[in-house]
Amino acid sequence: MIDFINIVSLSIKVSGTALLFSTILGVPTGSLIGLNHFPGRKLAVLLIYTGMGFPPVVIGLVVYLLLSRAGPIGATNFPFIPDLFTPGAMVLAQIIIAFPVIAGFSMAAVIGIDPALRQQVLALGATKRQTALTILSEARFGVIVAIIAGFGSIISEVGAVMLVGGNIKDQTRVLTTSIVLETRQGDFALALALGGVLLMITFLANLIMLRLQGRGFDE
Amino acid sequence: MSKSTGQIVYQISHLRKIYQERCVLDVENFNVKQGEIVAIIGPSGSGKSTLLRIMNFLEMPSEGQVEFMGAIFEQGKEMPLALRRRVTTVFQRPILLNRTVEENVAFALSLHGKEKSQNKVNQALNEVGLEKLNNQRARTLSAGEAQRVALARAMVIQPDVLMFDEPTANLDPYNVLLIEQIIQRLNREFGITIILVTHNLFQAKRLAGRVAFLLEGMIIEINDTALLFQNPQDPRTRSFLLGDMVY
Repeated sequence: MIDFINIVSLSIKVSGTALLFSTILGVPTGSLIGLNHFPGRKLAVLLIYTGMGFPPVVIGLVVYLLLSRAGPIGATNFPFIPDLFTPGAMVLAQIIIAFPVIAGFSMAAVIGIDPALRQQVLALGATKRQTALTILSEARFGVIVAIIAGFGSIISEVGAVMLVGGNIKDQTRVLTTSIVLETRQGDFALALALGGVLLMITFLANLIMLRLQGRGFDE
Repeated sequence: MSKSTGQIVYQISHLRKIYQERCVLDVENFNVKQGEIVAIIGPSGSGKSTLLRIMNFLEMPSEGQVEFMGAIFEQGKEMPLALRRRVTTVFQRPILLNRTVEENVAFALSLHGKEKSQNKVNQALNEVGLEKLNNQRARTLSAGEAQRVALARAMVIQPDVLMFDEPTANLDPYNVLLIEQIIQRLNREFGITIILVTHNLFQAKRLAGRVAFLLEGMIIEINDTALLFQNPQDPRTRSFLLGDMVY
C-alpha cells in the first residue's frame, strides 16, 4: 500500500512540476509568437509544431545523453543540473515534451481571437501589456485546452521517464512505468488498478481545468 | 448644432500614410475644435478610417504630424499614454469581451487603472438604455444592443474626444435614432468633441457642425454643414453629394 501511495504521489509530483514549468514557459512563448510579427516567426512556428510531434522516447534519449556523466551537460556538474535516474531528470524530460504542446496550442488560441479586439482595446487606452493580457484572457478557453493537452502528453508518457528515470523502486517509479512493469510480470489486476488511478488523476485534473474555463463554457 | 468652444484640439499638418509604396492618405491641413461635431464623408477606400485610426494614435503617420492638445504624434514618436486615454473610438463592428454587459463597461475603467464604480457603470448603461441587461452575456446581444454597449464602454472613461467609425451601419432605424440622440447629448451636455466617419449623408447633415469630404486620401473640401451641402465649392464634392460620382 505504501509503495502504491509513493508511486501515485511521485507521478503527481513529477508531472505537476513539469506542467507548472512548461505552462510558465509555454503560454507566454505561444502568446508572443501569436501576437507579434517578427523576422523568423515562421521558423519559430515550425519548430514548435515539430516539437509537438516529437516522439517522447527520442526526447528521453536526448535528455539521457545530455545528462549522462559523459554528456555535455552532465559533465559540467552544475548544482542545478539534475542527475540521471532522479525525479529531476524526469521533470526535465517532461518539460521538454509538454512545452511545445502548450506553446503551440496557446499560440493557436491567441491567433484565433478577432484581430479587431487588439485595435479596440488599444483605442480604449490600454497599454501593450494590458492589450496582451486582455487577448490572453479572451483566449482562455484555448489556453486551458493547451494546458490540458500538455498535461495529457506527460502524465500518460512512459518512454522518456523510463529512460531518464530508470523505474527505480521508491525513487523514480511512476504510474506509467509501474503499469509496464506489472504487465510484464503478469500481474494484470494490479496493472489495471494502476491504469484506473491514472485515469482518475487525469479526470480530476481536467475537471479542475474545466472549472477554470469559467462561466462562458456553459453557453 | 454642436457646442464648440473654438479651441483647437487637433491640428493635422502634411499628414501622409503610405502602405507598401501606395499613399492612402495625404492631408495637408485639418483642424478639429474642442466641443464640435465634425463629420468625415467620402466614398469607400478614401482613407476615412485610416485618418480616424491615426487620430486615435492606433497607427503612426508615415510623414507629417498630428498635434493633439499640445503634444506631437509623428513617425517614431508615440503619444503619451495620458493623452492617448483622452480619445477613444466606437468602431462600426462592436468588439465586446466574452463577459457580461456590465463587465464590458467596467473593463474600460479597469484599463485606466480606475476601480470599478458601480455608479459610473450604471450611469453609462442608463445613458444607452441597457441598464436592465447589465448581467446578460455580451455575446447574446443584438447588433444594436452590442453597439450601445460599445458606446457605454467608451462613455464611461469620459474621453475628451469620441470618434465614431460608421457607428450605425447595418443598424435598424430605432437603434440609429438612439445612437444619434446619445451622440448629440454627449456633445451638448458634456462638451465632448465628436469626430464621425459616415457614409450616411443624412446622418452627417443631422449631427455635424462641419463636414469634411475626403477623396483618394485628400480632403477636397471642408465647410460648415449647411454650406457644404447647399453650395459645395468643388465639383467633385457636388458630384459625390448628388450621387453622380462613380467609384
